[in-house]
Amino acid sequence: MSVLVYTESENGKFKKNAFEVASYAKAVADQLGTSVTAISINALENDHLGAYGVSKVLNVSDDRLKTFNAKAFANTIGQAIAKENATTLIVSSSTDTKFLIPLVAGKLNAGYVPNVVAAPQGTSPFMVKRSSFSNKGFAYTEISSDVKIIGVSNNAYGVHENATSAAVEDFSPSLSEADFSTKSIEIDKVVGKATIADADIVVSAGRGMKGPENWGMIEELAEVLGAATACSKPVSDLGWRPHGEHVGQTGKPVASNLYIAIGISGAIQHLAGVSSSKTKVVINTDPEAPFFKAADYGIVGDAFEVIPQLIEKLKEFKAQNA
Amino acid sequence: MKILVCISNVPDTTSKINFTDGDTKFDSNGVQFVINPNDEFGLTRAMWFKEKQGATVHVANVGLATTEPTIRKALAIGADEAIRINAEPTDGFFVAQQLAEVVKNGGYDLVIAGRESIDYNGGMVPGILATLLDMNFVNTCVSLEVDGTNATAMREIDGGKEKIATSLPLIIGGQKGLVEESDLRIPNMRGIMMARKKALNVVEPVDASKATQDTKFEKPEAKGAVKLVDNVDDLINLLHNEAKAI
Repeated sequence: MSVLVYTESENGKFKKNAFEVASYAKAVADQLGTSVTAISINALENDHLGAYGVSKVLNVSDDRLKTFNAKAFANTIGQAIAKENATTLIVSSSTDTKFLIPLVAGKLNAGYVPNVVAAPQGTSPFMVKRSSFSNKGFAYTEISSDVKIIGVSNNAYGVHENATSAAVEDFSPSLSEADFSTKSIEIDKVVGKATIADADIVVSAGRGMKGPENWGMIEELAEVLGAATACSKPVSDLGWRPHGEHVGQTGKPVASNLYIAIGISGAIQHLAGVSSSKTKVVINTDPEAPFFKAADYGIVGDAFEVIPQLIEKLKEFKAQNA
Repeated sequence: MKILVCISNVPDTTSKINFTDGDTKFDSNGVQFVINPNDEFGLTRAMWFKEKQGATVHVANVGLATTEPTIRKALAIGADEAIRINAEPTDGFFVAQQLAEVVKNGGYDLVIAGRESIDYNGGMVPGILATLLDMNFVNTCVSLEVDGTNATAMREIDGGKEKIATSLPLIIGGQKGLVEESDLRIPNMRGIMMARKKALNVVEPVDASKATQDTKFEKPEAKGAVKLVDNVDDLINLLHNEAKAI
């Protein structure tokens, strides 16, 4: 009855969240007095998981799963749960994971609690703390089903090293044509750029930028910081930036280490969506902008003056600290 | 094509969130309730299917009688008929089982739900529903076209979009992009009058198990005061040495 963790990878490499969920799984296993088994799909560096407390890896190498397919992935993970007799499954909060995990939960009658922000409060009853009301509140949720699934919020638990040696075992799920009844036909994805979901730093801008033609400096700032770019809802509604960049209550949630908001006044919906970010910086001409109340650091000033200076000084800083 | 749009009754996005009864319940006092935004994008897309492809559109909600104004709003926007399952939606698994019964009895080809409700953020109802009914499923769906029984959908992925080919019967977890914000419809007087005459059928819940239970709520801790600086050197210094963020 080990704790099973789904460690996500992309093009053979583990995502950053894989090590965070592995660390979380280790904490749960310690509470339950058991060990951690990982299920990885077409990952190449399975032995890396040992560093985070994983003692066994079920390694799936299957060309049919080279492209993400929610139903087939869900079936694979379901079979791994059965094989390991696992009673707890730990997963991330990535878009793909949030797509496939309800399918696992539905099949196994498992209670699934996403957006969990801390190690379980206790295992009998099994109680977890999660964000709810789009980050405007927290709920303490009891899971009563036999199989329990916990979705860990991005960056909420952190990566914790816990040196173990991971024994890698090949695992071949039995999949049929029916598992592939939804087919990916085209993927349009930015490569080589941080995404809002994975980035340590997110640079976000709002209507204060006055028009889409002024986003050059936002992108340059993001590039200097290795950050993802994001925007406020009005900016995406106006079509200045793609929907995928809209962060906030009805857009994407942000849980980065550093969130820099430029020319965003801070509507309650926006603040809710970004409140999980650890450090928030606001740059705005209006000292009364509500975002200042929710920020850690602020500059009252014109983005068109401050941002070029910031880019220049950050380049110097990066050169010195490289 | 017969479409069921599943709607959640949620606090308006501008609501301040408070809890009551010893922090065990959401305090609905003074709160304006609306159709969950992710569901409203789906409902508006369903209206497009109704107008362009002759689809029939029903809406379903799991909720007590207090959700009826929100359901009437969906009818005023243009849904043909509504079903309210008379139960409190406290657990995603429970809600999915209730909706599964409605879908089975109604013979729907397409079920449109939101990616998540903005109150409890479970994000699991459409997916669980898909497994209970063995229907195809696309989550974080940002566009949907149906041609006969073939469906082409776009879904949002981390860092981009993916085009997916699948077929009916299909369930989607929708969000903004299915239609634009500017496509959303405010019910007009005629719509509101007509909605009064449309069927709002109340059905009792089926026996269903719950897998989770929220036992207590709390609000985030109040934030300390912002540190204002007047030059970028100070900002970089604080981010490096104090916040250790760069």
